Amino acid sequence: MRAYEKNKRLILGAVGIFIFLCIWYAATKLTSLGKVMPDPVTVFGGFFKAFIEPIGTKTMTMHILISLRRMLIPYVFGGFFGVLVGVLMGWYKVADAIFMPYIQMLRPIPPIAWIPLSIIWFGFDEGSKYFLIFLACFFTIALTTYNGVHSVDETLVRASKMLGANDRQLFLTIVLPTTVPYIFSGLQVALGSAWATIVAAEMIRSSEGVGWLIVRGQDVGNMTQIMIGIVAIALTGLLITTLMRVLESKLCAWTVRGK
Amino acid sequence: MEKKEPKVVVNHLTKKFGDLLVLDDLNFEVQEGEFLCIVGPTGCGKTTFLNSLTRLYEPTAGEILVNGIPVDPKKQNISYIFQEYSSFPWLTVEQNVRFGLEIKRVPKEEADASVEEMLDIVGLTKFRSYYPSQLSISMLQRVAIARAFATKPELLLMDEPYGQLDIDLRFKLEDELLKLWKKTGTTVLFITHNIEEAVYLSQNIMVLTNKPTSVKTVLHNPLPLPRDVMSQEFVNLRNQVTDLIKWW
Repeated sequence: MRAYEKNKRLILGAVGIFIFLCIWYAATKLTSLGKVMPDPVTVFGGFFKAFIEPIGTKTMTMHILISLRRMLIPYVFGGFFGVLVGVLMGWYKVADAIFMPYIQMLRPIPPIAWIPLSIIWFGFDEGSKYFLIFLACFFTIALTTYNGVHSVDETLVRASKMLGANDRQLFLTIVLPTTVPYIFSGLQVALGSAWATIVAAEMIRSSEGVGWLIVRGQDVGNMTQIMIGIVAIALTGLLITTLMRVLESKLCAWTVRGK
Repeated sequence: MEKKEPKVVVNHLTKKFGDLLVLDDLNFEVQEGEFLCIVGPTGCGKTTFLNSLTRLYEPTAGEILVNGIPVDPKKQNISYIFQEYSSFPWLTVEQNVRFGLEIKRVPKEEADASVEEMLDIVGLTKFRSYYPSQLSISMLQRVAIARAFATKPELLLMDEPYGQLDIDLRFKLEDELLKLWKKTGTTVLFITHNIEEAVYLSQNIMVLTNKPTSVKTVLHNPLPLPRDVMSQEFVNLRNQVTDLIKWW
């Protein structure tokens, strides 16, 4: 009983997933859905088998690693420039006036709409894929950082000034710490959208990656491979967002979110 | 006869927000080591007065001298305790207390000693590694007090610091404050709307008028410490101050 109380979340989550898999299995065996969709045993079996037997030219490990690299490089750039632009806009009114209209105009455009232009600008290689994923995270991170800078508590600014802080100290000791939880929530959301954009990015000519599994599966009508690709994206997504949460709880121990 | 140089001198301090005159030609002096309580009717501009005193607002006219030179928190050692809770949520209790010392670049050994002493006096040594979100309200105000005293300020400004506390906590923290004041010899300006608090703490009580604010009078408080709030002398003085505030 105590073990249950302690791991309640985990146990309930596992039971929920198990029930879902049962319904999926029953639906493919008992209804006509089975004609168009493989059952979970086939999909997960195929997923784990792919770690040994390659799909296309690569094993699952390589597909995942290649896609992760495709996502992480532009994600790091998006994070860096997002935080930079967000802080500049939050701190300097001039930067706010100059950058904000662009951000508000460009942000609602879905990454997939940029595919034709990105191919013209960056070609069919990695560059265009990086560009799409960069766009998927940059705006989110810039805006959450901006909001963070704006949420600085006036009382704390006064307290700091009264203790003799100059502008640089004020920025480093008050504005940045206030902004860090916002940056993290932006990074967390952006990580999700960057990873979700991997399918769109790999629609641009590619021959490996988890997105490619799906695009290729669709081309040849292989539903099992499509489902394997979806499972790979889902499980990897779960893994990286969990890692991010752990990192956040270490770096922002003072926030409720961090706990 | 040699007269001691006053710690704080306020000359013709005036503050306008647009056409609204808030502070009208304030003049007074505060002696070194004095505990001055400032009382006045609600909304009489007490906080504007403190904010001008600390250069958070630039005064419209007049000047404020501390040790004979114009006040500047970057150059002079002034601390401020606010009405609102002003602990930094991302710093532990210990780091909060240390904050002012680091801003002022106090050498590490001296800072360490000061932090230990302050944590001990306010009774937070055991909670040094806690974050503000894990503390009770009275502990938060103690963090603010320890942070303010840690830099050994020449001048401590307090803006209704206990306004939001229960009465028993307030008594406890008031006693703690008096203890610290006696120990450090800091000059304290304490703003409050609570007349009993003013009579309990102060050596002198400055009564302000309603807006536009000017100094109505300064009363000396001769009662010996510790004070008994039920004694006849205490009640008399309290009534005297109350009457001054009522009849503006």
